[in-house]
Amino acid sequence: MTLRQRVPKACLEISPPSLGRPVGRKLHPLPVRVMHWVNAVAMVIMIGSGWGIYNDSVIFHFLHFPHAIRLGTWAAQSLQWHFAGMWLLAINGLAYLTYGIVTGRFRERLLPIRWRDLVTTVRDTLHLHVAHEDITTYNAVQRLLYIVVILAGISQVVSGLAIWKPVQFSELTALLGGFQSARLIHFLGMSVIVGFLVVHVALSLLVPRTLLAMLTGGPKLGGGT
Amino acid sequence: MRSLFRPGSLPDPGILDNHRPLIRSLSRRGLLRGTLSLGTLTALTGCNVSNDASVQSALRAISAWNDKVQAWLFNPNKLAPTYPASLVLKPPEFNAYYDIEHVRPVDGRSWKLEVRGRVADRSPWTIERLAALPQYDEIIRHICVEGWSYIGEWSGPRLGDFLDRIGADTRARYVYFTTADDYPSSIDMPTARHPQTLLALTYARQTLPDPYGYPLRLRTSTKLGFKNPKWLTSIEVTNEYKGGYWESRGFNWFSGL
Repeated sequence: MTLRQRVPKACLEISPPSLGRPVGRKLHPLPVRVMHWVNAVAMVIMIGSGWGIYNDSVIFHFLHFPHAIRLGTWAAQSLQWHFAGMWLLAINGLAYLTYGIVTGRFRERLLPIRWRDLVTTVRDTLHLHVAHEDITTYNAVQRLLYIVVILAGISQVVSGLAIWKPVQFSELTALLGGFQSARLIHFLGMSVIVGFLVVHVALSLLVPRTLLAMLTGGPKLGGGT
Repeated sequence: MRSLFRPGSLPDPGILDNHRPLIRSLSRRGLLRGTLSLGTLTALTGCNVSNDASVQSALRAISAWNDKVQAWLFNPNKLAPTYPASLVLKPPEFNAYYDIEHVRPVDGRSWKLEVRGRVADRSPWTIERLAALPQYDEIIRHICVEGWSYIGEWSGPRLGDFLDRIGADTRARYVYFTTADDYPSSIDMPTARHPQTLLALTYARQTLPDPYGYPLRLRTSTKLGFKNPKWLTSIEVTNEYKGGYWESRGFNWFSGL
């Protein structure tokens, strides 16, 4: 009974044309691809230079980032990169969020996330039943991870502002628990993003079609995919 | 001892057949190609890029743009958070471009603060004259560009009051400082006139100890630590950009908080 009632709703959610979108558009429209790769460059700049800045006054005594993976030969250069890269990250990120919300891409591709689907996907993954024949829909874990990394990106910009301007935006810094707390949040946000990147890059290399799709646009949606 | 990574019993060979498509897609060539492109991307963003002259000038141009953005963000009426006296660190953190044992103390009796540039009264100042100006006390967070911070209590006349007293042209763009330890520094006029920008004579209500800038240092709540020169010897009001010790080595000039 319940299953039968759910069927039409589920169809509506996974069927793009019924959302009033043009039939035949690609999985990743050009703006998404451009913003994805701009973001990739911005992330590499922000993470590499952030590691250079971190090393000047470490938060964890056991953790120093080796020279080879830092951006900038010393702190002044890392800071220059970081405060240049922030514009790229913030402007591109803002465009991406606007695009994702206005076109409905976020709702269409990242929602809904159901507990049952999450559990099923995790169980299947642990049993090595990873379904990736169809790259046009994300499973529940993918959806959750993309949402988490988008939120981590927003958190990085907010905590970054709190560290950069703890007087002009003192209320924001106080909201994050003070300067050192905001700094720790900024570090943790980086850790979440780096953790995501390891999985994201590894999986895209294991299933190169996904990488190709982010370059060419991928299969057409709506028609006979 | 048996390796923890070796299974106790062998896996069912049927798994291989069940996952043919997955195994096919795990092509070594694909992984190798991907790793190579990732490696190229990493190398491209490496230190060699930073040292390229055009990249350096681009980064410096963006840093100069960030100076303008920060000047625009700066609210002259916005006060930095202040803290209770119980949180004041004693003694404060020492930081300079050399170690604390190389501090050269300044003799307060013969010390004079020179005044230069776009001012009406260029007569030099002594400690006594500075102490006769209205004194202000502030307990603020010192934030270093490196990331560490501490809470300190500073008092002395406001730089804004001092500038009024010497008849400074307050439409001038910069206030430039020289020091006894050859650490030139400069700040923008709005920051110089901020109520929490002091010419500090004391720390934690005691005369400034030698390593922290005796007899006079700048202490502003709205800039990073390195923008607070110690052992001041002269103050100049000018329209000419003169940068500073770390700024000429690539650190951002405005460095506002």
